[in-house]
Amino acid sequence: MPHGEAATAESFRSARVRRFLVAALVFAALALSPLAIRSVYLQNVLVLTLLYAAVSQSWNILGGYCGQISLGHGLYFGIGAYATSVLFVTWGILPWGGMIVGGVLAVAVALLIGYPCFRLQGHYFAIATLVIAQSGLVLMQNWDFVGAARGIQWPFGPDSWWTLQFARAKTPYIEVSLALLVASWLATVLIGESRWGYWWRAVKDDALAAESLGVEVFRSKMAAAGVSAFFTAVGGGVYAAFLAYIDPDAVMSFRFSLLFALPAVLGGIGTPWGPLVGAAVLVPLGEFSRSYLGGSGSGLDLVIYGALVMAVALARPQGLLSLVPRRRAAP
Amino acid sequence: MSGAAILELASVSKRFEGLVANSEVSFSVAEGEILGLIGPNGAGKSTLFSLIAGALVPTAGTIRFAGADITALPAPERCRQGIGRTFQVPRSFDSMSVLENVMVGSFVRSSSSSAARAKAAAVLEFVGLAPRAASFAGALTPPEKRRLEVARALATEPKLLLLDEVLAGLTPAEARAGVDLVRAIRARGITVVMVEHVMEIVMPLVDRAVVLDIGRVLAVGSPAEVVRNEAVIAAYLGERHRAA
Ligand SMILES: Nc1ncnc2c1ncn2[C@@H]1O[C@H](COP(=O)(O)OP(=O)(O)O)[C@@H](O)[C@H]1O
Ligand SMILES: [Mg+2]
Repeated sequence: MPHGEAATAESFRSARVRRFLVAALVFAALALSPLAIRSVYLQNVLVLTLLYAAVSQSWNILGGYCGQISLGHGLYFGIGAYATSVLFVTWGILPWGGMIVGGVLAVAVALLIGYPCFRLQGHYFAIATLVIAQSGLVLMQNWDFVGAARGIQWPFGPDSWWTLQFARAKTPYIEVSLALLVASWLATVLIGESRWGYWWRAVKDDALAAESLGVEVFRSKMAAAGVSAFFTAVGGGVYAAFLAYIDPDAVMSFRFSLLFALPAVLGGIGTPWGPLVGAAVLVPLGEFSRSYLGGSGSGLDLVIYGALVMAVALARPQGLLSLVPRRRAAP
Repeated sequence: MSGAAILELASVSKRFEGLVANSEVSFSVAEGEILGLIGPNGAGKSTLFSLIAGALVPTAGTIRFAGADITALPAPERCRQGIGRTFQVPRSFDSMSVLENVMVGSFVRSSSSSAARAKAAAVLEFVGLAPRAASFAGALTPPEKRRLEVARALATEPKLLLLDEVLAGLTPAEARAGVDLVRAIRARGITVVMVEHVMEIVMPLVDRAVVLDIGRVLAVGSPAEVVRNEAVIAAYLGERHRAA
């Protein structure tokens, strides 16, 4: 095998071109998929699959690349959903703007949480995120200005891309969810091949060794947390527009925090395609089991998810994607 | 050969709860030299490296690097200032390729990925790991992992390189290649402090040696002086007797 600087640069360039070509094909196929999938039920499943893939990809930036396992991403999702809904319903600010506001708010909250937590060792971060997200849920259930437990109903209006409201059509939500997936995929891959990406993975693999090589461990975690929270909150905004009704349990309960982590873990944690692969298995499975085996209240879908993830964790710790043969490790 | 002091330790101590790992350690390292840090197991050599590199904070004493007090600086800052180190038990980034491991080091000096990649490839060539560039670090053999440790640290362009038992457990041929590598590193103008357990390997290589025993400096001097030192002989014989 040839090596040396020129050969290394060349093999990196060709692997990169391959990666972006594959991505273009996959995303183009998904964009055209509503032409083939006509059933409203299946289109609904597709919206959710793409949305969970996008948010799980966002989770993956912090959890998979930087190794900081969050069990509270439902909080950022909720912040995005609430910011988008409150701004639209109360002040008529279009959801596109609301999503960005929600994203910025979520970044601020993520940094506030990270500031004390990222200095701690071990599993404190996971536990802290879980506790803080649950506190956020209780806060929203009791905060009258945002409708408390009653939630917020979006006003009925004509179908419009401006307000992202469509009474029947699912295709717009498929395209918007896909756009978010593409954005979070691009962020993951582009930041992943920059210095930040290398720092994140070094922090995940061995923080002590990373520090000896000049890696700013704390700043790396904060940056990953911020990027991750931003895209998660935008996902919450899209979800709120899709439902046109939100309440605390519908957008920020613990099951969301779990459902953002699971696809990445199942598909391949810390890989750019893991979240989509995982979501493509988990979300349809959950939806079908809900349709055929009973309502969402039973939590049966969560039991099935849990069992599936356990099985994969035991048999294939690297996730489903590791079943795909690879040429060799990317240089 | 030896210029001004690049590293100066003044009464550096490190205490872990009850245990004193380093006690009042004082010596300096001249620019451009290869200094051996030797002593029996548990003497406090690796701990001292961690104090110099900033992974641990000394309980007392000061550490000066290139004339400035660095005792309070965090590890990444010391790396930027030019202190590189390897770990006795290799700590490779096992989810990354060998090349990517080294790139983490080269990002200290360049924020561009392609520059970091080119630099890492050149360093791998230098240490003889280039054929393994695309392998996962986790798949390396133990001697290769040691080389990777060295490559990563070299990629940060250190002025001072701390090598912790990089020659331990190698076959004689591998150890000779390792010795050549250390000489080549010094030839690049990098000051080297190396921990080695085995006197036979390290003595012909170093300009001076510092002997540590139970955390304190037992002797400092040329290899010839050190091996004749009564206290050193006693410490080593003592260890041989314990080991036997
Ligand atoms: N993190 C630590 N906590 C407690 N004791 C430690 C720690 N690191 C090293 N020690 C102790 O300090 C002493 C010196 O260890 P070390 O520096 O690894 O010695 P050497 O590298 O010379 O073999 C040993 O007794 C070791 O058990
Ligand atoms: Mg040691």
